[in-house]
Amino acid sequence: MLELVVKKRLAAFALDVELACETSGIVALFGRSGAGKTTLVNILAGLIRPDSGRVALDGEVLYDGASGRHLPPERRRLGYVFQEGRLFPHMTVRANLTYGYKRAAPDARPIGLDQIVALLGLEGLLGRRPADLSGGEKQRVALGRALLANPRLLLMDEPLAALDQPRKEEILPFIERLRDELEIPMVYVSHAMDELVRLADTLVLMSDGRVAAVGPIDELTSRLDLRPLTGRHEAGAVIPARLAGHDRVFGLSDLAFPGGRLRVPRLAVPLGTKLRVRIRARDVALALSAPKDSSFLNVLKGRVTELGGEQGPLVDVLLDLGGTPLWARITNLSCQKLQLAPGKEVFALIKSVALDRHALGRIAGERRFLESEDEGSP
Amino acid sequence: MLELTPLEWEALLLSLRVATLSVVVSLPFGLFIAWLLARRDFAGKILLDGLVHLPLVVPPVVVGYLLLLLFGRQGPLGAWLYDHLGITLAFNWKGAALAAAVMAFPLMVRAMRLSLEAVDRKLESAARTLGAGRLSVFVTITLPLMWPGLLTAAILGFARSLGEFGATITFVSNIPGETRTLPLALYSLIQSPDGEAGALRLTVIAVVLALAALAASELLARRIKRRLEG
Repeated sequence: MLELVVKKRLAAFALDVELACETSGIVALFGRSGAGKTTLVNILAGLIRPDSGRVALDGEVLYDGASGRHLPPERRRLGYVFQEGRLFPHMTVRANLTYGYKRAAPDARPIGLDQIVALLGLEGLLGRRPADLSGGEKQRVALGRALLANPRLLLMDEPLAALDQPRKEEILPFIERLRDELEIPMVYVSHAMDELVRLADTLVLMSDGRVAAVGPIDELTSRLDLRPLTGRHEAGAVIPARLAGHDRVFGLSDLAFPGGRLRVPRLAVPLGTKLRVRIRARDVALALSAPKDSSFLNVLKGRVTELGGEQGPLVDVLLDLGGTPLWARITNLSCQKLQLAPGKEVFALIKSVALDRHALGRIAGERRFLESEDEGSP
Repeated sequence: MLELTPLEWEALLLSLRVATLSVVVSLPFGLFIAWLLARRDFAGKILLDGLVHLPLVVPPVVVGYLLLLLFGRQGPLGAWLYDHLGITLAFNWKGAALAAAVMAFPLMVRAMRLSLEAVDRKLESAARTLGAGRLSVFVTITLPLMWPGLLTAAILGFARSLGEFGATITFVSNIPGETRTLPLALYSLIQSPDGEAGALRLTVIAVVLALAALAASELLARRIKRRLEG
């Protein structure tokens, strides 16, 4: 349980945050740059001292303005992975990795160097210096270094922001493994929704130094009033689903969710895996009757619940698919033609091609459950 | 011609001894002052900054005279040192080292301060989140990263101490075998009618020493830089 009630005034910026959330899985801090995400994480880490308030983690008070208590960062046992890596340039990768490990209490070292090296694929890098590493390798070392200090909570401040897409793809599976195999709770700062869909369970929306909303990621992304904060371009719904079957002939997988089924390009995960699917509003088309001769594999029956942004050329339509919310972005012209209004029955058409690996994330804590289902490891 | 007389050898060895002591004593103290100036905010910071730089702008004779007033046997600090620690500085080689250290101090502090300011404080924050306390961070992160600056400070200080003349002759006089360092010996030789050959030899030595120091610092700095940047 993380409790944060802090105020901090910086030169041209004021942070005023009240936040209480469970710290299981990954808690994402999402917001535009300048929203105060990094400041908040630095306060949590003890690198910035707030003006007033209280910070507590699992009952231990890390900061209390009233009593003047301010636990220094080295005694908080919070791992921190910075955007720029911050590896020590004068040390080898091995010395970087063991820097925090040597300083952790010997009885509080559940993870060993070998384990981290294997988990993050650092075998060939140990003797090198940070200057000889690629951007992705640096971040993997930074991740390992933070983990080896045996933190009770891992803070990650846009750890992928400085990397290009292939490098991101290289790191993301490692972060998923940390979440699923080591079960380390994380606070993950990002302004990229696709990362969060893959990783996060709880979303904390930040704006102008305040917390605008806290909740499960699929809930917050489906709320129209939060749309200016969750992002318009990349807007979409996040749907929890379960892998229900594979079509080996055509290389497709079937996902089941309360509102129907989705067919997506084949996924290398076992049956029953719980996944999150992010369906961007612009990948969804609408029709009044189910098309009989189209390439759309996903045709889902639903009902219009809300229309948003009718003034401009584009309209965001919120649908209800048997209890699951889904967004569609269509032109105002189409909206008029179809005479859409709340309550009207429509069919949502989604190309399977749009639901690629970037749109899918495994839900935390599912791994052990899966293994006992004798499906083998993914 | 190139054979040094015993007196010249004495002056050379004394100079090396004085310069070494000067650097060894002022390096840690200078590091502390550099840290204060680079990292701390306090009342009187400008005053301290000015005081440290004073020997750079005041005539060396003035510095020597001030040292004599403060550290002479009757001076307030000199009397205290003698009464409590049995140390005398006036008119001996330790006094020469003190004069050299005071004159070299601004250069050393400057070099260390610049390198300290160049150390990325984000790396220090990172080290603290990994469980290292302030002192531990200073020793394992800050000092190694400012190593080129420490080296520059030591070499600059050493070279400056070797060449110290004005404050030394004023504070500890020109006593053969005790305070007659290389520059003072050179000065004495120039004053005497048949000292020309000796003066030339000492000049060559002074130039060679200075060049060697600079070359050594350059080489070491390059090697460290390569190690830091990979």
